Amino acid sequence: MKILTANRLSDGIAVWYADGGWAETVDHADLAHDKAAEDRLEAIGTKAYADNEVVDVNLIDADVVDGIVEPVRLREKIRAAGPTIRNDLGKQAARAA
Amino acid sequence: MYRYDEFDHDFVQARVAEFSDQVLRRLAGEITEDQFRPLRLMNGVYLQLHAYMLRIAVPYGTLNGKQLRMLGHIARKYDKGYGHFTTRQNIQFNWPALSDIPAILADLASVEMHAIQTSGNCIRNVTADHFAGAAADEVADPRPYAEILRQWSSVHPEFSFLPRKFKIAVTGAERDRAAIQTHDIGLHLKKNAAGELGFAVYIGGGQGRTPMVARKIRDFLPEVDLLSYCTAILRVYNLYGRRDNKYKARIKILVHETGVEEITRQVEAEWQELKDAELKLPDADIRAIQAYFAPPALTDRPDGDAAVKLARLDSKSFSDWLDQNVVTHRHPDYAAVTISLKGIGEVPGDASDSQMEAVADIAEKYAFDELRVSHEQNLILPHVARADLKAVYDALVDIGLATANSNLISDIIACPGLDYCALATARSIPIAQEISRRFASLERQREIGELKLKISGCINACGHHHVGHIGILGVEKKGSELYQVTLGGSADENTSVGEIIGRGFSSEEITDAIEQIVETYLGLRLNPQEKFIDAYRRVGPAPFKEALYAGEAKAA
Repeated sequence: MKILTANRLSDGIAVWYADGGWAETVDHADLAHDKAAEDRLEAIGTKAYADNEVVDVNLIDADVVDGIVEPVRLREKIRAAGPTIRNDLGKQAARAA
Repeated sequence: MYRYDEFDHDFVQARVAEFSDQVLRRLAGEITEDQFRPLRLMNGVYLQLHAYMLRIAVPYGTLNGKQLRMLGHIARKYDKGYGHFTTRQNIQFNWPALSDIPAILADLASVEMHAIQTSGNCIRNVTADHFAGAAADEVADPRPYAEILRQWSSVHPEFSFLPRKFKIAVTGAERDRAAIQTHDIGLHLKKNAAGELGFAVYIGGGQGRTPMVARKIRDFLPEVDLLSYCTAILRVYNLYGRRDNKYKARIKILVHETGVEEITRQVEAEWQELKDAELKLPDADIRAIQAYFAPPALTDRPDGDAAVKLARLDSKSFSDWLDQNVVTHRHPDYAAVTISLKGIGEVPGDASDSQMEAVADIAEKYAFDELRVSHEQNLILPHVARADLKAVYDALVDIGLATANSNLISDIIACPGLDYCALATARSIPIAQEISRRFASLERQREIGELKLKISGCINACGHHHVGHIGILGVEKKGSELYQVTLGGSADENTSVGEIIGRGFSSEEITDAIEQIVETYLGLRLNPQEKFIDAYRRVGPAPFKEALYAGEAKAA
């Protein structure tokens, strides 16, 4: 499965495409189960990049664990959570609060 | 320290205005990311994993209290309350919004700082010995020459689009604390037999995926020829350096592929065309820049010895800190102090907003308002009266920055790694933290003695692992982090590149492996005075390989 991720232009914060917009957490990112869905996500990313909403757009591998979307690679897990050495920073901080 | 003149102020203000306009146009969608990326990089703005990153230049690592206080202010107001001091004597903020960058740059300009040329294929921040101007063993302060190079290289029209980035380091002492042989140009300030100042010139050092030790191409270059000779080197590089392959574009590859004799001939030939023209430094200009770096008026403070002796008796922790973090100054009543940013289990090089402000206060009160950032990711107070050392120590204890581990195994250089960096393939910081905790006992660290441990989270080697006595390189293998160990590197006047010792280790295994290496060293050293690096050079890798991998061979 693939999901669409990028960084928001104005503040650089990592975002994931979910439910018609860019969410600040990966949890409910739109999943592409097949090539056609991947192409659709990719087209959304290309348009959002061209519209100057986001930068560094990528389709990445993801799984669903207990109904929550999780990236597969460590790099993307860290983007989705925050630095592993500072739980008070990044997405994980907001989640804990 | 250097103070901006009218030209400098106008130049930096103009750049702030220009880049602010570019940011506004980008946010308004008037310019594309492809157009904006080179502009933001020229101004130190990167995009990392979690957010933008802003890298701010600290020229040759020299700061005053007002500047450090401003960095603390920026950390608090625009970032997340901390900054990260880097191996290039700069500072990085990990979370700034692009929309805040114009305000940050305006704040920086108000204290004579900027982020220009902290990225891109240009001449980067010139680095220098962090004890420059204070060291008892230096021939002369190298910073005036670093400043001359800074002025010459700032928006240099010919050298703003080089094949690749270009780094220059300067030292003024035989004992090289600026790692000059790992730079594109390394300059060793020295005196000739006639007592005149000049430089031994090294070129082609570098780390990254192809580590190389710089080659000396000139034993003595008169100081007046500094800019003409550097221009000659840069011209040869700019003309012949490879642009077809990013990974072969640094001058080290050109030196290697051309041969040092031939490239020396080319540089010397180019220099002959330049040496007697407008780049010859007028003596008056050199002296004018040197005047900015005039040492503070160090009045005699002969009460220092008695005060230190008394305080030593009173506090073992103070005594330990004196032994480890305080070095001899050229004035016998003074000392240079290393403020360790390597507290046990802390993130190497990180300082909080309030720590930066407190250190600024200490510098203003006790250290003639002078500070340095070391390439080893610590802060330095270069001039402290020995009589004030206890007061400085107590103030550092109050802010958690009195760890007595300078040059010991927990004084680890580590790049940001995969916790922050978009290029990284593995994490560096958690490995540094775990090793630091494993060797937390100061008594044990001191028994081990000087040991430079350096960790990079990818092959680009920002954590200087190639030149660590023990180097650790994190890579990704089959989706997991794997840590490769090199031994025998060093970044001093006897620079060497470490050798890979064998198969890599998982994140769970690496700290045990490091401990095994250290225990092996302790078992084979001739005496407690034989440092790790000296013992390694004497015995080579075999005993370490045996200790790490013999069990596997038997099992197989």
